[in-house]
Amino acid sequence: MTRSNAALLVLLVCLAALPLFGGAYALRLGTIACMYAILALSWNVVGGLAGYPSFATAAFFGFGAYATGVLLNMGLPLSLTILLSFVTSFLLAGLLGAVLLRLRGHYFAIASLSLVEVLSELVNNATDLTGGGMGLNIPLASGSGIMADAMFFFYAMWGILLATAVTVIAVSMSKLGFGLSCIRQNETASGMVGLNATLYKSIAFGLSACFVSAAGGIYAAWVHYIDPSDVFDVLYSVKPIVMALMGGLGSPIGVVAGAFLYFGLEEVVWRNYIQIHSGVLGVLIVLLLLFLPHGLISLRPGMFRRKAKHV
Amino acid sequence: MWLTQVLINALVLGCLYACIAIGFSLVWGVLNVINLIHGSFIVLGSYLAFGLYQTLGISPWYAIIVAAPLFFVLGYLLQFLLLNRVINAPVLVTLTMTFGLDLILNNAMIYFFKADYRKLTLSPPMGSVSLFHAVVPIDRLIATVAALALTGLLYLVLRRLRVGRAIVAVRLDRDAAVLMGVDVKSIYAVAFGLGAALAGCAGVLMALVYPISPLTSSTFLGKAFVVCVLGGLGSVSGALAGGVLLALVEGVGTTFLGPEHATTLSFVLLIVFLIVRPQGLLGRKGFE
Repeated sequence: MTRSNAALLVLLVCLAALPLFGGAYALRLGTIACMYAILALSWNVVGGLAGYPSFATAAFFGFGAYATGVLLNMGLPLSLTILLSFVTSFLLAGLLGAVLLRLRGHYFAIASLSLVEVLSELVNNATDLTGGGMGLNIPLASGSGIMADAMFFFYAMWGILLATAVTVIAVSMSKLGFGLSCIRQNETASGMVGLNATLYKSIAFGLSACFVSAAGGIYAAWVHYIDPSDVFDVLYSVKPIVMALMGGLGSPIGVVAGAFLYFGLEEVVWRNYIQIHSGVLGVLIVLLLLFLPHGLISLRPGMFRRKAKHV
Repeated sequence: MWLTQVLINALVLGCLYACIAIGFSLVWGVLNVINLIHGSFIVLGSYLAFGLYQTLGISPWYAIIVAAPLFFVLGYLLQFLLLNRVINAPVLVTLTMTFGLDLILNNAMIYFFKADYRKLTLSPPMGSVSLFHAVVPIDRLIATVAALALTGLLYLVLRRLRVGRAIVAVRLDRDAAVLMGVDVKSIYAVAFGLGAALAGCAGVLMALVYPISPLTSSTFLGKAFVVCVLGGLGSVSGALAGGVLLALVEGVGTTFLGPEHATTLSFVLLIVFLIVRPQGLLGRKGFE
């Protein structure tokens, strides 16, 4: 295990102590921060390691939210529904990945983006099952008071984040992670040396979907009401990319740090300038890409000092 | 009877779709950038037409003449000052960059124009005409003709003018174009400017047909995606073919399955085309 991966695990364990220091608002912030970190880490598997610009995060987030919502309404317990949506989304994404990941570059980006549209439209039209555009009400999971509820959902989200981080670290140290890096650098060559690129990419796509879907499920149970334009919002696809770019593509600790930093900025802007918050996000994206394209991880202590000229 | 109506509607709508997509297709083909601001440019064009008609009484037909140079300058500057700096970066970077720019423009429009739906209504209304037993509103018909004219104009520019031939050369082979003395960065800016101008003009025409709101920009962008992929990238005839095909599929889908499934159908068609025939209806293989 490298030093930065160990640092990530330490950071996450420290995060678990959050309820000791804050009230309900801090717990709410912590829950969303964990959710963003899950989305960003998951996207990093397919976007950062394998180098495929996926915009499908929102599709699986919405899928998980709706699967959980519908199953909870049928009376299943929360843990079972999360597990079910976790497994189904892994299989679904693996199958879809085998087809979609044949496309490269812009074409893959568009196909993954339209996946969000298709799922959203399907949910929108299946009024009997999902309530369509009217949204879906989800029964309260526990009903044991506000603080206990907030605590429960914070730890649920945190647990999934921890599982995501451990999986991502395990992937990056395994043969799978090495294979994905090979695919990013030169897919044709990696095929030539006998790497089953389609299988590797499908697994990566599945892994990038299942934790997102579980997070979507927790989110749905947490907010008690979902509708298609909320959980299939394209911003759920774009924000993880911005977070990963902010922290540094491919590095798990960079991505999580990027997610937390992004969330902090978003909360400050949202609280103070609600009318222009998406414009501020846009300015942030543009500045980031122009001036810090490799993310926070590329910042080094001596970077801004003037370097000695060669004589 | 209804069949001719569906066909004529598809033809009219298809030409408008082609007009929406053609600037997007040009930018994608030449610069290899998916321009996510395109939808917001179209909406901005609609607001321009709306504003000119409401305040100065200038008819949308003349508003095109105002919109084209304005949007060209806007697009040129955007490419020259911002996008050219990241143009050689991977797909993800340029895509996210245009997404950021789109957020800024869209938020600015919501802030200044509000998110209310508006409609440009000509007074007196132009009425409708009967073509082969099918009813077509006249303003929509003129918008279609104007869309066709714009598309034809772009074709002429790309074939006849020196700068147009330079754009085509850059699209075919960038390195060879550089060796022939083409200034690629300024050609990029011109192509992006042209794309923006076409989006602005399309917006002016859309103001006559659709309600105007910043929230509709993603719908326009989605149509542009689908048309480009269906028709094939970067060619004028491809955009026309893709536009008409999309309008036909939507029209027939709406008639038989109901309007709520038309969007799903068009996106499923998009994914099928991406997998089976990524070069589009009229594109050549290996040219995408």
